[in-house]
Order: sequence, then C-alpha cells, then structure tokens
Amino acid sequence: MLSKRITRVSEWIIERFIQIAGILGIVLVLVIFFFLLRNALPMFHERTIAEVLTGTRWSPTHGEGHFGMAPLILGSLYVTAGALALSIPLGLATAIFIAEIAPRRVREILKPMVEMLAAIPSVVFGFIGMTIVGPWIAANFDAIQVGQFAALGSLMLCFMALPTIVSICEDAFHNVPREIFNSSLALGATRWQTIRGAVIPAARSGVIAAFLLGLGRAIGETMTVLMVTGNAQVMPEGLEGFIRPVRTMTATIAAEMGETPHGSLHFHSLFTIGLILFVITFSVNTIADIIIRRSEKDIA
Amino acid sequence: MQPKLTNSDCHDAREDTEYAEQPKEDFLRRSSADAGTRVARGDVSHDVKIQTNDLDIYYDSCHAIKEVSAEIREHEITALIGPSGCGKSTFLRALNRMNDEIPEARTTGQVLLEGEDIYREGTDLVALRRRVGQVFQQPNPFPMSVYRNVIYGPRLQRRVARQEADEIVERSLRGAALWDEVKDQLHKSAMDLSGGQQQRLCIARCLAVESEVLLMDEPCSALDPTATFRIEELMLELKQKMAIVIVTHNMYQASRVSDRTGFFLLGELVEFGRTTQIFEDPHDDRTDAYVRGRFG
Ligand SMILES: Nc1ncnc2c1ncn2[C@@H]1O[C@H](COP(=O)(O)OP(=O)(O)O)[C@@H](O)[C@H]1O
Ligand SMILES: [Mg+2]
Repeated sequence: MLSKRITRVSEWIIERFIQIAGILGIVLVLVIFFFLLRNALPMFHERTIAEVLTGTRWSPTHGEGHFGMAPLILGSLYVTAGALALSIPLGLATAIFIAEIAPRRVREILKPMVEMLAAIPSVVFGFIGMTIVGPWIAANFDAIQVGQFAALGSLMLCFMALPTIVSICEDAFHNVPREIFNSSLALGATRWQTIRGAVIPAARSGVIAAFLLGLGRAIGETMTVLMVTGNAQVMPEGLEGFIRPVRTMTATIAAEMGETPHGSLHFHSLFTIGLILFVITFSVNTIADIIIRRSEKDIA
Repeated sequence: MQPKLTNSDCHDAREDTEYAEQPKEDFLRRSSADAGTRVARGDVSHDVKIQTNDLDIYYDSCHAIKEVSAEIREHEITALIGPSGCGKSTFLRALNRMNDEIPEARTTGQVLLEGEDIYREGTDLVALRRRVGQVFQQPNPFPMSVYRNVIYGPRLQRRVARQEADEIVERSLRGAALWDEVKDQLHKSAMDLSGGQQQRLCIARCLAVESEVLLMDEPCSALDPTATFRIEELMLELKQKMAIVIVTHNMYQASRVSDRTGFFLLGELVEFGRTTQIFEDPHDDRTDAYVRGRFG
C-alpha cells in the first residue's frame, strides 16, 4: 500500500522533472536566440543586410570598417564541405567494416579505438595539424606553399567527426534485424548487395542522423580551424580555395571578440556572425529531425 | 525421468539418457520403402525435388544434425516437427546453404537438388538461393515500399524495365494472395502492413525470383489464427507450383497442411513419412510420444 504510493509519487516527480527539463531546453534556445538577435540587430542600423551578407571584404578596424561576411561564410562552407566529403565515405566504410565484415574480435578492438578519438581535445588536433601535418604537406606538394589552408582544416575536422559518424552508423547497422540481412542473402543477394540494398536503407535514419551530427560538429568547431586554416579573410575561389588559407565564421569570433570594444559596430558584427551560425545549425538540426522522422517509415 | 531433449555438446544440454538405450533404427530406409508403395488413399508420390544423403552438421563440437537422409518432393508440403533445439532450423538452412553464413557451422554429406549436389564445389550460391527461397519466423519486409520489396530480388540480377517490373510485382503479389489488399498502396511502406500481410509479402518476394522450393521456418508463430489460416490456405495453393518445407511447432498445423512429416529429436530424423501415418500410426515410440503431446 505504502510502497505503491511511494512509487506513484516518485513517478510523478520524475515525470515533472522530465517535463521541466524539456521546457527548460526550449526556453534556453529561445533566450540564446533573442540574446544573439538583440546584440546583432544594431549592426543593421548602419549597414544593410545585403551589404553584410554579400560584401566580400572583411576588415572591421580599417577606416569606417568593412563588414562583408561572404569570405567568412564561404570559408566555413569550404572547410565544412571538405570535412564532410572526407568523413562521410570514410565513416560509412569504417562503420560497415566494423558492423558487417570484421570478425567479432576485430570489432571489439576497433570500435572502442575509433570512439577514443572523440576523447582527444580539439586543440590537440589543431596542434598536430599545425606542427606536423601542415608543414609536411607544404613540403611535399608543390601546389601548396603554406602549411595552413582550408583542406587541412577539413582533414582535421574529419578525424574529429569520425567517432560520431562511425559510432552512430555502426549502432544503426547493428540494430538492423539479422533477419533482414538473411532475407536478402536468401533472395540471392551478395553480402555487398545486401549491405547496400537492405542494410543501409534499413539503417538510414541513423545514418542520416550521424551525417548531420558530423556536420554540426564540423561547422561549430573553432579551435582546430583557428589553428590550421591560416586565418586569411579572403574569398575562397573554385577548387583552388581548398588549398589556400581561409577564415571561418567561428575562427573570426574567437580571434576578434577579445579585442573588440563592447557596443561597437565590430562587436555587433561578431554577434551577427554568431546569429548566422545559430540559424545554420538550428536549420540543420531541424532538417535532420524532419528527414529522420519521415524516413523512419517509408521510402517509396 | 525427464526425456532427453537436447544434445550434450550443444547449448543448454540436459543430463539424461533415456533414449540412448533405445536401438537406433534407420527410419529413413523405412520411409523410402514407404515412398515406393503407393498408399491406398489415392495419394500420389511426386518427383523428388531435394534429397539429403547422410547429412551431418556441426556447430564447433555441437553435432546438430546427425546423418539425416530425407526427401522433399515436388508439389508437396513437408512438415518438420520436433522439440526446440532438435535441429529443424539447422536442417532447413542446409537446403539453401544459409548455414554457410554461420562461421562455426560445418556440413558433410550430400544435398541433391534435382540430382545435383548443392555442396559440390563451384555451386553458384546466388542461383541456388533463388531456386530455394526462404521465409523466416518474424515477418521481415525490407523497410521500403511494398513494390520495392517485391522487385528487390529480380533487380539484384539485372536491370528490370518499369513495365516488366510492374508485371512481376502484380504476378507475385497475386501469387501470394496479397494483390487485392495492397494494390492501392504499392508505393507505401511495407512496414505499415499487418503481420500476416507482411509474411505474405515475404512469400511474394520469393515468387518474384521464381523460387522452386519454399523453406518456411515457423512462419506463423508470430501471427494470429486468422492470419495463420490465410498462410496455410496460400501454402496449399502454392504447392501446385512448388515444393514447400515448413518447420512448425504447431502439431495441428503440420497435420492440417502437410503431405509428409519428419520428426526430429536431438539432431536425428527419427521418423519420416506420410503425415497421416506419422500422426495416426507412428512406428517409433518417440514419435508416438511427441505427437501425443507427451513432451515438447
Ligand atoms: N549458430 C549456432 N552456433 C552454435 N550452436 C547452434 C547455432 N545454431 C543452433 N545451434 C545449436 O544447434 C542445435 C539445433 O538448433 P536449431 O536448428 O535452431 O533447432 P530448432 O530449429 O529445432 O529449434 C541446438 O542445440 C542449438 O543450440
Ligand atoms: Mg528453429
């Protein structure tokens, strides 16, 4: 009797707690959004939105200040796109190997090893990229003069996004019922056809989630890119942009926030960058959510 | 004393020797003799589709199938019965070489499909598995549309043009008695179908690759009685065109639908013969005990 009541009370408490935590999450996101918005808006008393978003010159302390964010936005885009182009195939292949091909003993060693990559602080990746990988590439490839460039950021980010992508993809593959795999084999499919035609589709919501989480990780990462991408506020152009120095949005905020007078136009412009980042990551997550929910059931 | 149901080298072995004392009889010889004589009831013996000769299967040290020789006949439903863990699924998987996917499984002996040993070196596994299709215990459509589920098999081998694909899908779904129920939702997810519909969809997948033999491992154990009844009806229809082997725990199901029944115990095929004979006049005491529900 008493224990039943205790169970009911504790259930009530847990339920409320979860409810409050959920509401708190939403409130927090809104608060951050309005905080960014409030600090970003004064920017647009003096500059137009088009000017800021499409301007190609970023030099806030030069004369009246130039606040064209296109080089920074493109810089982030290049580094992130490069990181995804490397980490998606690599992550997917690794996950498939671990889940479907490797013998059990190899799997038991490999998965924790990949997951351990996640424990390495981002500054260490930046350090390795800056002092070892970058100089080595610059010394060995004629096309690259300086050991700090966009693709180096992508490479470092790729290693940082891999644990997330591999771990979530592998879980997704692992959770595909064995019968789906066997049914496909029993219809005369090869292992590879089965992985491509039945296992990946069956695991797709997990796979998409993994990619998007990798994307979120890459686009928001600051320290590593600040250290290895060269910090040049120039417009990246074409494929060559990948092997030239760039500067990302995150790196700009990190590098400049400390020496900016509170309330100045420069100050507000950095908040504008923050707001853009927020909108991008928020959209990515929302899209991810929609895709995952929709793909949960059908592909026509 | 409890009857011994499991094999000592296999999982959950139990200590008992009741049956070890009984003389081992070769029931197979009896069943082949049986097959030769036409039974009075007007039953016809059909051509042998699959023949196993001294089939032995081991999982490491576990001897899961012991010298099993049996015949699966065209246009017949063969039921395999026996307590859990006696090797029914293992035997079934030997017929389309799905045991190859289990690393610790080892097979010796012969499985002849229309006289050709499928364990012979150089066997085309892909072709074999298309000829010998399998339906599993849990209905397991691929998480894609009904249409794509059916066309999955044919598309593994070649490009199938849209019009031909439409035809294959319709023919297979009709064959699996599912067409009328799903023709308006071909492009909706197969996951939305009921369990019974999903199981018939799995059958349709096999029909799409024109399987000649259908292996069914407890296909109805996850289904309600109505859905089970529909699968049984379908099996009776399908046997006009193919050979069907069904593993079942349901004694009534075996006696309702099957033409022949094999009783497995501890990896041995204890008795194999016409279903009416197995259920009404079993020659072996162990079979008798089992079909009377004394154990299992
Ligand atoms: N993958 C496996 N590895 C080792 N032993 C297995 C494996 N699969 C089945 N067995 C063993 O083989 C015996 C027969 O199993 P199974 O064919 O599944 O029986 P049934 O289908 O009649 O219940 C059991 O003792 C079981 O423990
Ligand atoms: Mg079984």
